[in-house]
Formats: sequence, C-alpha cells, structure tokens
Amino acid sequence: MVKAKTFIQKFYVGLVCFLLYAPLVILFICSFNASKARTVWGGFTLHWYTDLFQNEEVITAVTTSLLLTTMASLTATLLGTLVCIGMTAMKRRSVKIIEATANIPLLNADIVTGIAIMLLFARFISLGFMSVFIAHVTLGLPYVILNVMPRFAQMDPNVYEAAQDLGASPVYAFFKVVLPEIFPGILSGFFLAFTISMDDFVVTYFTKGPGMNTISTMLYQQLRRGINPQMYALSTLLFLMILILIGISNRLSEVQMKEVRER
Amino acid sequence: MSKRKYLAGPYLVWSAAFIIMPLLMVVYYGCTTENGSFSLENLLALGDPIHYKAFGMSLTIALASTLICLVIAYPLAYILSKYARQSAGLVVMLFILPMWINFLLRILALQMILSNTGVINAVLGFFGISAKRMMYTKGAILVGMVYDYIPFMILPIYNALVKIDPDVVEAAYDLGAGTALVFRKIIIPLSMPGVISGIIMVFIPSVSEFVVADILGGSKILLFGNVIEQEFNVTSNWHLGSGLSVVLMIFIFLSMAVMNRTGTEEGDRVLW
Repeated sequence: MVKAKTFIQKFYVGLVCFLLYAPLVILFICSFNASKARTVWGGFTLHWYTDLFQNEEVITAVTTSLLLTTMASLTATLLGTLVCIGMTAMKRRSVKIIEATANIPLLNADIVTGIAIMLLFARFISLGFMSVFIAHVTLGLPYVILNVMPRFAQMDPNVYEAAQDLGASPVYAFFKVVLPEIFPGILSGFFLAFTISMDDFVVTYFTKGPGMNTISTMLYQQLRRGINPQMYALSTLLFLMILILIGISNRLSEVQMKEVRER
Repeated sequence: MSKRKYLAGPYLVWSAAFIIMPLLMVVYYGCTTENGSFSLENLLALGDPIHYKAFGMSLTIALASTLICLVIAYPLAYILSKYARQSAGLVVMLFILPMWINFLLRILALQMILSNTGVINAVLGFFGISAKRMMYTKGAILVGMVYDYIPFMILPIYNALVKIDPDVVEAAYDLGAGTALVFRKIIIPLSMPGVISGIIMVFIPSVSEFVVADILGGSKILLFGNVIEQEFNVTSNWHLGSGLSVVLMIFIFLSMAVMNRTGTEEGDRVLW
C-alpha cells in the first residue's frame, strides 16, 4: 500500500517533469538534425550552428540584448538600492507609497506597461534603444527593491551607528558595515532584473520601434515567418547560458551561506 | 541622517516620469477622441461585439489555464514538499528552471510538437492514426498558456507548503484526526496564501496574453490582448487601443483586490 503510494507519487512527479522538458529536448535534438523536417532524422550536423554565427540578424539581436540587459539591470540595481537606503530614513507612510508605486509594473499586465511607455516616447521623444532601456529598468526596479528592502529590515541599525561612534565617517561606515549586510539582496535583485529583462518580449515589442531587435523580438519574427532550424541552435545555446548563469548564482549564494555560518 | 533621504531622489524622479506619467498618458488617450475632446466612447467600446467576445474568450481561456495549472501544480507541490530538504532543492529547481527559458523559445518548442507535421502527429501516424489538426485551435492556446505559466503556480504553492510547521500536522494526528481531515483543516488552509499568489501570477499574464494566441492560434482566435495589440500596430487607433487598455487595467486591479482580500484573511502572501 505504502509502496504503491510512493510509486504513484514518483510517477506523477516524473510525468510532469517529462511533459515540461520533452518539447525542449526535441528542440535541442532538432538543432543537430541535418534534415529541415522536424520528424525525419537526416543525420547529425553542426550546420545550423555555423550558419547561426554568420547570420547578421542574429548576431545584432544577441549583442543588442546583452548590452541592453546588462545596462538596464545594472541601472535598476543602482536606483533600487539607492531608494532602499533612502527609505530607511523615511516615515513609514512615505515608504508604503514608494513601495506601492514600485509594484505597479510588477502587478500590471505587461501589455499595458509596454503601451504606456510607448505612448510617452512616441508622443514626446522617439522610440528606439533608449525607450526600451528605460522600460527594462522600470520592469527590473520592483525586483531589486523587493530583494534589498528585507535585508535592511533584518539588519541591526545599531551596528552602523556603532561604527560611526568609533570614528568611521558615514560613507566609510556604509561601505564597511552596511553594504556587506545588504549585498546578497543586491545580488539576487540584480539577477532577477537581469533575467526579467532578458526574457521580456511584450514590453520590448511595444517600445522598440522599427529597425531594432532583441533576442525575443527576433525569435517572434522568425516564429511568424516559419521554420528555421538556426533558431533551434540558438535556443540550445541560450539554454546552456541560462544553466551556467544559474550555476554561478547558486555557487555565489552557497559561498555567502558558508560565510554567514562561519561568522 | 536626514540627508540619506535624498538618495531616494533619482528613483522618485524615475517613477514619476516612467511609471506614473506613462499610465496617465494611457488614461489621457483612452478618454479622448482623435480631435482631443473628452469622451468615454473608447472605454465603452467594450460593448462592441468584437471586443466583448474577445474579452470573454480571454477570460474563459485564462480561467481555464489557471484552473488546470492549479490542479496539476497542487499535488506536485505537495509531493515535493514532503521530500527531504537536501534532495528537494534540485528537484524543485527542475520545475522552476523553465521560468528562465525565453518565453518565445518555449512556444517554439510547443509549436514543433503540435504542428501538422509535428511530433505528436508523427507518433499518431506511426500507429496508423490519421493526423489531427492541433495548431490554430483554442486547445493549442490553452496548452501553450499552461505550459508557459505552470512554474509560476508550482513555486508559490511549494513555498507555502514547506513553511507549514510539521508539529502542527503531527498534533492534529495525535488528537485523532484522519488524513483527509488533516488535509482539509490544516494543509489546505495554511497553503492558501501560496495558492492565491499562484492564481494571481498565472491569471494576470494569461488574461492579457496575445503572443501565444498569435503563434499557436495563428491569429484565427482573437484574445483581448490581440485586439489591443492590433489597435496599435495594425489600425493605429491609439485612442481606442488605450481605452481598451484602461478597461483591462481596471479589470486586473479589481480582480487582484478581490484575490488579495481573500488572501490576507488567510495570512501573508508568498510571492517569491
């Protein structure tokens, strides 16, 4: 009886896992398939990968995406961390109001956020890299604040004051005492802002204007155009990149945990 | 001490310019006509059959995908929450990993499976069953949404279930409660905050979805998101598009308020 129950449970977990990953695995297999048909195995090839690296459109989109995402997530991390520091010196009510506005892009539908920023830029400035950049910073900000703010709540405010009593200047005390405490929050906020920006399609689609593409919007155009096995190759590479990124961030948090434990 | 407040300055300017201002722009465009006079006709355009049918379709598909996600995710999260801490990390990761895979990439993967010349039809053909047309149907859109959003249901429910104090469960058993009673009176109520977060995180993107319908539905089935998108990118009627966006926004914030009310009664929310 108990055995049957654990078997059913394992089977269920396995089944859902299979359903989640089977489409992706087929995608990866197809990236090595010499035949363009999806269900005919035409032999192993790296053809699509070599083509991919010669495809101007793909290379431009990948560089734009990397540049955009890095800049946007760094800016969001900086702005978000600064406002969190500022909020520690504010009244509870002001903090509530700031947090509420920061959460708007998080809770609102992406399509509305995208349209809103598009309207502002198309009306008064112009659409392009700048408008996408600003949209991505706005999307990332709530994640940074959500990750950094709890760190301040956990911190003992007396430590900062003690450092100053012992002769440290406020700036020195901040870098020596406060920053190490909140750093894990900053780091996870940065990672989330990065992945949100990298994954975003809807907001980019509305704010980009003609002539610019990120990985997501390029994939969309390709998907509407029809089958292109180069996209399978690109998918496989992106998946590997995500695995590496997650590996690194897990490593970092492990090291952090260890440091905390050793203290 | 008081100077520290000014560090919030850059953010305040940013949020006024790029969060508040854009939303006011949507409301402004939504409530005016082409010649700039105030009018509610763009909001009331929801009464147009094309619009309310699309809205109804979005609502039906979003509710269905949320329900399916919940039915699949709850037992899964429950089983995972029973795993020993150490082995759980990796398995849970396995279910959350798809969240980080580009959204369009996951749709591409599904397209390969569902299309007429795709994997499922190849398997059916192998057994002598004639090919079924699965793409460009409501079912395909539904599958796409469930596939895309299910990690957002698994994670918060799992987080809520793991937080349940095992002593509470044990105490209930010691006092003579059976498995079913414990489940109904303890596990379900205590996991409610996670369920609510999960519902919000699946329902909101589903109800405003247009990409899945565009690709897996082949623009044959119009969702509310598609209607709004087309007002901007096809017909270039910004006023009507904005009006419908305002309707969508009001609907989302209302449904969130309702959900949050049920949520806070049960305890704190677990978003991440």
